[in-house]
Amino acid sequence: MVIAKEFDYQRPTTLEEATQILAGHPGSARVLAGGTDLVAWLRDDAVAPDLVVDIKAIPDLHDIKIDGDTLHLGSLVTFSDLINSPIVSEHAPLLAEMAETVASTGIRNRATLVGNICSAVPSCDAGPVLLGYDTTVHMIGPDGTRSIDINDWFVGLRETACAGDEIVSHLTMKVPVHGGVYVKLMRYAGEDLAQAAVGIVAYPGDEYRVAFGAVAPTPIRSTRIEDALRSKPLDEKLIAEVVAMVADEISPIDDIRATAAYRTRICEVMLERGLPAARERLDGTGPAYGTRLI
Amino acid sequence: MEFTVKVNGERWDIDAAPADVLLDVLREKIGVKSPKIGCERGDCGSCTILLDGKTVRSCLVLAVEVDGQEITTVEGIGYEGLSQLQDLFISNNAFQCGFCAPAIVLSATELLDSNPNPTRHDVQEALAGNLCRCTGYEPIIEAVLAAAEGGAK
Repeated sequence: MVIAKEFDYQRPTTLEEATQILAGHPGSARVLAGGTDLVAWLRDDAVAPDLVVDIKAIPDLHDIKIDGDTLHLGSLVTFSDLINSPIVSEHAPLLAEMAETVASTGIRNRATLVGNICSAVPSCDAGPVLLGYDTTVHMIGPDGTRSIDINDWFVGLRETACAGDEIVSHLTMKVPVHGGVYVKLMRYAGEDLAQAAVGIVAYPGDEYRVAFGAVAPTPIRSTRIEDALRSKPLDEKLIAEVVAMVADEISPIDDIRATAAYRTRICEVMLERGLPAARERLDGTGPAYGTRLI
Repeated sequence: MEFTVKVNGERWDIDAAPADVLLDVLREKIGVKSPKIGCERGDCGSCTILLDGKTVRSCLVLAVEVDGQEITTVEGIGYEGLSQLQDLFISNNAFQCGFCAPAIVLSATELLDSNPNPTRHDVQEALAGNLCRCTGYEPIIEAVLAAAEGGAK
């Protein structure tokens, strides 16, 4: 099976050049990074651009840097880069824990973290984790640079706040002392998407972030559960209380990977197991990052 | 579009359309047949190649993307005779039909290059996403572990 529709291909070497090219093709160009979603969608005729703009020749987009407690991740950082980065393993090992659950090595070597949130499918693994931090998405467009909060990024099914003539240059994330977990249910390792997923980040002072994946049109954060957890000791009673809130916080569907009822139940289980693990990791006593909780 | 790529050490000047997928160009224009056409959506692993030393799914790469890069397929690995890893795949009877074999050899080669002493879990992780419908995977994992013990690359 071949890609049915022909398109043009350009490989700019600066972000400015890339944005100029995009501005000249309103609504008809697609940005290509790792291509693990885009090429599959081209093959499926799910997208049919006139122009594909490959950003892989632009330097500096591979950077993983730490400045104080701010982590900088360039838009070409792959999931394998996250797994292999000493900076990530020291300051935000949760990113590596998440990356290890993404498809296979052959996909992770190519697929980028930023591409994952740009594709914005409901099951995107980066979503529930990035929502656990103060994450900012930095873009460049014809009118210059623009930054938006990750909470305003996901606007609908496969829809983001990034306009068609904008390119994400990098993410910044606040990574103070914290403990996190990413719990993902899938049918088998190596290729499956999430049937349901939970990302939890625990901060000092009994402060938590809780987000879910694959149970709504976009990855979703539950501020109601976060409010219920705030400033209280994390005991069995409190965990039971927030687990009982899960069903009202998510809107899963039945599909080939799982039923809505199963997704709801498993989110409850993942939250029940994930909360104490995140808290223990904050305290330095939890299971090693990468340990599967489900 | 014209571009240049090195395949198993040999330089190729290719003329391909932007919509041409790397897997098809490798098989049809360059004549390298070890990357197989399987699921064509990145799930089965059979089209795996090494691109600048890292495994990628050639069914999800546009040919024009690899301009100036270096590709190794199993033909290149075995250029000067079988590698120790390949010998151990044979002696462990690790493959039957062989459709998945080139991709698994490349995936294991990438693993042993970066991690000469993998655990069983490391091997399983590295090979995950390479589907084999014959063996049940056990002899494949055993072969890779044996290669690691023997200091193979």
